[in-house]
Amino acid sequence: MTTTLSAPPQPTRVPRPWDARTQRPAGNRVVKGVIKHAVLLCVLLIMLYPLLWMVGASFRPGNQTFAGLSLFSDTYTLQNYADGWSVGNLNFSRYFVNSAIITIGQIVGNLVACSLTAYAFARLEFPFKRVLFGMVIATMLLPQHVTLIPKYIIFNQMGWVDTYLPLTVPHFFAVDAFFIFLMVQFIRTLPKSLDESARIDGCGHWGIFWRIIMPMSLPAIGTTAMFTFVWAWNDLLGPLLYLPSSDLWTVSLGLNSFLDQTGQSTYGTLFAMATLSLAPIVGFFIASQRLLVEGIATTGLK
Amino acid sequence: MTLATATEPPVALPTAPRRGRGRTQLLPALAFLTPWLVGMVLFTFGPMLYSLYLSFTRYDLLSNPEWVGLQNYALMGSDPRFWKSVGVTLTYVVVFVPLLQVVSMLVALLLNSRLRFLTGYRALFYLPSLMGASVAVAALWRQVFGADGLVNAVLGLVGIENVGSWVGDPARALGTIITLNLWAFGSTMIIFLAGLRQVPRELLEAAEVDGASKIRRFFSITLPMMTPLVFFNVLMGTINAFQSFTGAYVVSGGSGGPVDSTLFYTLYLYERGFTQLQMGYASAMAWVLLIVLAVVTGIFFRSSRYWVHYGDES
Repeated sequence: MTTTLSAPPQPTRVPRPWDARTQRPAGNRVVKGVIKHAVLLCVLLIMLYPLLWMVGASFRPGNQTFAGLSLFSDTYTLQNYADGWSVGNLNFSRYFVNSAIITIGQIVGNLVACSLTAYAFARLEFPFKRVLFGMVIATMLLPQHVTLIPKYIIFNQMGWVDTYLPLTVPHFFAVDAFFIFLMVQFIRTLPKSLDESARIDGCGHWGIFWRIIMPMSLPAIGTTAMFTFVWAWNDLLGPLLYLPSSDLWTVSLGLNSFLDQTGQSTYGTLFAMATLSLAPIVGFFIASQRLLVEGIATTGLK
Repeated sequence: MTLATATEPPVALPTAPRRGRGRTQLLPALAFLTPWLVGMVLFTFGPMLYSLYLSFTRYDLLSNPEWVGLQNYALMGSDPRFWKSVGVTLTYVVVFVPLLQVVSMLVALLLNSRLRFLTGYRALFYLPSLMGASVAVAALWRQVFGADGLVNAVLGLVGIENVGSWVGDPARALGTIITLNLWAFGSTMIIFLAGLRQVPRELLEAAEVDGASKIRRFFSITLPMMTPLVFFNVLMGTINAFQSFTGAYVVSGGSGGPVDSTLFYTLYLYERGFTQLQMGYASAMAWVLLIVLAVVTGIFFRSSRYWVHYGDES
């Protein structure tokens, strides 16, 4: 968390012999600052323009969706949003509910299972600890495609295909090693003296975990929840495999299917639904911006 | 921060008496680790072994797996689409991963100063990395790089006309996927930015006194001090790039087209496994991917001792 606090200002700085060289005329510095801002704003504009354009296009009448480069329009309408919920044989209100169910399931699963595992690795001594932690790292680097096919076959035989279960239940068994790693790293930074005093006061391991470690790990918990949310919400491959019937589709699947049947006339509606599908991500991001950006900076999580 | 520092640091022995016998806390550890251990067996190691077995069989989900020995692996050698997917994926990795580091580093360097609105910039550059893997943005990309898309509209403004569709042109389609994933460089950039803030200012000032230019200071001081982060970002970038799926799947409509120009390895694996129901062949492909990634990761870790500098070295 030192990202914002680097190089604390030295109140009484002794003049150094080279100061004369480093201090350039003030005008020069202003010009440089302006150039820097201009470059950054240009890059940002290019990056974000397609998104802004999509939002703009989603509010235009159908025949003007592709009205050139402009973000704006003469007339605005909510028609695309009204149409989008049940376009063709698609049912987006259903998909949003499904996405929410699966996402919440994954978040709860990851939080419970990964924090329990992380506590053991960060605070307990047991045989083969290093080897087992090596396995956590190894699974982090393991391509998911190696287990994709056998998992599908197993879930198929268990009759779990076409239910939410294959997308949620594994997360209650800490399959996202990334978050174990993240929480272990975080818990290790917490002072052990707190554990010790809790132990003297009669807390067992469960008490230490639940009353001491968890309340102090809120930043790590928040980061885990945020990233699980984003990954689960965006996921296409999982739902593509396990949710064949459209009643269970997620927003990603709905959009993908919509895209396949979209002609020029329905692009506005597609953009409306795409905008809505990104809205929760933006919302969560704004709500937890500091946490996310600093969490990722301190743990190296993608 | 890096994988190499992940092992337990030496812990001072606590002064308070521990519960239970001896130093180990096996029973509580087992209690806390049970979900993870069960998950490892059920969802990682079990399936891995199963897929290794399947890779030596012919299996279509309907009849029982039939042992064919190394046939799947031999078939890969003579499968032009397999090699096409290898070529597409390698091209993608070799172009995308270095480009990702350079762009991330450049923006991080720009942001690494006493800049106004730094928090705002950081947030806005970071935001796309949360959306880069979404269907919504991939769908948008299909429009942006379409025949009547935004890119061609901009080119039209400067007089370049009749460029045609980017996603529909085999020579340019892969480029659009690279742009899509490059667009999400924010997460890599944030890691670099955090690292840049840790570079000691005394070192940079001393070098400046000695007359080192800005570029020289970057390559002789900043970059060497950032190598642990470069290592981490390249490693994770490479592993993720080999497994890239959603962008190519959505932009190409699931086909890897046009003419297989965006047929990523994972797309072909998906097609073989779940469209053509050749579970044996797809499992063999998955194991080839695993082995290649293991070798790449291994070489990478080995090479790190020659170019990654950790601060505690003398």
